Amino acid sequence: MSPFLFWIFAGLMLVFGAGVVLNRNPVASALSLVVSFLGLAALFMSLDAYFIGIIQVLVYAGAVMVLFLFIIMLLDLRAEKLRKINWLASAGGIAVAVALSVQILYVIGNFRFSQQPFPPLARSTVDDVHHVGSLLFENYNLPFQIIGVLVLVATIGVVVLSKRELR
Amino acid sequence: MDYFLITTSLLKILGILFVIILPMVSYTIYAERRVSAFIQDRVGPNRVGPAGLFQPVADIAKLLFKEDFSPRNANTFYYWLAPCLALIPAIVTFAVVPFGSTLFGVPMVIADINVGILFVFAIASLGVYGIVLGGWASNSKYPFLGGVRSSSQMISYELSLGLAVIPIFLVVGQLRLTDVVRYQIDHGWMIAPFLGDWTNPAKWLLAIPMLVSFVVFSVAIFAETNRLPFDLPEAEQELAGGYNTEYSSMKFGLFFLGEYAAMITGSAIVVTLFFGAWHLPIPSWHGGFHWALIDGSGDGWRGILGGLFNIATFFAKVAVLLFVFIWVRWTLPRFRYDQLMRLGWVFFFEIALVNIFITAIILAYYPA
Amino acid sequence: MSVCVSRPKLNWRERIYLPAIVGGMAITIKHLKNMLLGRTKVTIQYPEQTLDSEMPEHYRGAPALVRDTDGRVRCVACQLCEFICPPRAIKIVAGEIPPTDRFAKVEKYPAEFDIDMIRCIFCGMCEEVCPEQAIYLRKDYAITGFTREEMVHHKDKLLEIGGVMHGVILKWNEKK
Repeated sequence: MSPFLFWIFAGLMLVFGAGVVLNRNPVASALSLVVSFLGLAALFMSLDAYFIGIIQVLVYAGAVMVLFLFIIMLLDLRAEKLRKINWLASAGGIAVAVALSVQILYVIGNFRFSQQPFPPLARSTVDDVHHVGSLLFENYNLPFQIIGVLVLVATIGVVVLSKRELR
Repeated sequence: MDYFLITTSLLKILGILFVIILPMVSYTIYAERRVSAFIQDRVGPNRVGPAGLFQPVADIAKLLFKEDFSPRNANTFYYWLAPCLALIPAIVTFAVVPFGSTLFGVPMVIADINVGILFVFAIASLGVYGIVLGGWASNSKYPFLGGVRSSSQMISYELSLGLAVIPIFLVVGQLRLTDVVRYQIDHGWMIAPFLGDWTNPAKWLLAIPMLVSFVVFSVAIFAETNRLPFDLPEAEQELAGGYNTEYSSMKFGLFFLGEYAAMITGSAIVVTLFFGAWHLPIPSWHGGFHWALIDGSGDGWRGILGGLFNIATFFAKVAVLLFVFIWVRWTLPRFRYDQLMRLGWVFFFEIALVNIFITAIILAYYPA
Repeated sequence: MSVCVSRPKLNWRERIYLPAIVGGMAITIKHLKNMLLGRTKVTIQYPEQTLDSEMPEHYRGAPALVRDTDGRVRCVACQLCEFICPPRAIKIVAGEIPPTDRFAKVEKYPAEFDIDMIRCIFCGMCEEVCPEQAIYLRKDYAITGFTREEMVHHKDKLLEIGGVMHGVILKWNEKK
């Protein structure tokens, strides 16, 4: 992975991540989030994690954000554009963000591995799709099945909720 | 840096885009008009060139020189962005499709990644943004309705699309599309068990869920590409053209190109998954009956001819499927919106799920 | 009053759509096949093929002024056609025939006679109302022009289209 590509995609993610917060238009925010997800997917792929990268695009950019966009457009959120900026709240938010960044920088600065160059990653010998599959179905089969049941319950719950007569 | 890889990839991209996809798109539009005319006992465009064969050139010239009109209250940036977003995913998807065996020893697939089919779904699912944004940014009621319809329709049918192909990958055991093709060359096409090792009874048994898969997948492709009977997002009669109502000139042309490019890509995926991609078995009686394989592995001109023959085979299959697309469009009426949603969620979704179970059971008893 | 339309009960074959879909596809492919084999009769290819020779006698095409066998413009500028014309496509400016002329007793002739072919609806009322058998609807139908001015047929043009009409009553000729 050339550092050049890394900086491009990392920059893309950060710029559009900021765009999510700064845009007054909800549709623009949602689309910024999509671009940010695409950048993240590219970063995953550059680490040879094709599966995670593609799933990132498929699930988040392709399905979840389309639903978001769908809802935003249907609701036609004008209120967000008209609302005045609460400067005190923004200042508080920025302060929290700065504090978090400082903490992270501090921790990284004192971290032993960050002082030395990272050893090159070993070439993966196993297909990452196979790897994910065998991990899920062999080592973590029970949690996987439980999550499946959980999702099923959630689905049924949604169906029941949406089928209920409005009174 | 691997300059050989980069050069051949660039050549393949340029070739596939400018020599194959874009001309194919324009001639699909011509075929659409011609076939629809024939089906309706008309003649169709026959003025420009012999039998109207230069009609696509005239169409494109017309689109380029028309007035490029934007509505005053449209959201300009997204209004301009939407047509590009509609075209790009349709073309990018082609990157993982193996459209030929080898030519001069170079494999005829642009990016042979190990999550091929997931890549197809991921990029194809981005195609909806162009339509939704186009509908929203036009700031007009009909396009907006078209965009909203499109987003819900695509999400519904992506489920069946994804579930329908799982049986194939259960059988093949790989997500890489070239492996799917390799499997079909060795064991016969997915829906044609009489090719390849036709003596194996498991093959014939497996052909049943494969056929179901094929039907569900093709129907879902129809819905994904907004073709009749699922063209609710554009629905001329009710939405006055749907998401592209407010578009004119080449921006409309890009939507149009995107739709037909998506059709071509969809057909290419169907061909790859179910019809053995570039593989065309030739019956041979030299030393007992068997199916002979032509590919680009021979030396000298035999290899080159074989490779070209494979590419031609692939796109001939795609062309046949495109004809079916057109044929269906001019036969079936449009579904009502609730019928469309019902069909997707209550019918195809369940069929695809049951199909996975059946395939798994067959595979448990007859391990491939 | 509202009417409740009861939907027909479908049996399972109709409900799975597939037989109907296959039937429909068979019909359309049959049409395609017949068209490709040239068995379907289609419309004529207009600029190359025309039905000019099979035009019926009563066809109403472009209105035109006629001359009789003496070479006289038969119109006497009575302006009945201008009056009857439903879309008011006709405009006539009458002139006086000089006393030295052979047909001086007719008194009036059309100095200008314009028919606006954008307005004309080919109804044939001018032909019907004309007391002089001077205006006829001929079989020209391809009337084209690049400007609105070109689409107005002036007197010369009308006479050119009309030509000479044989077998009409020559009521202004001297009796022998």
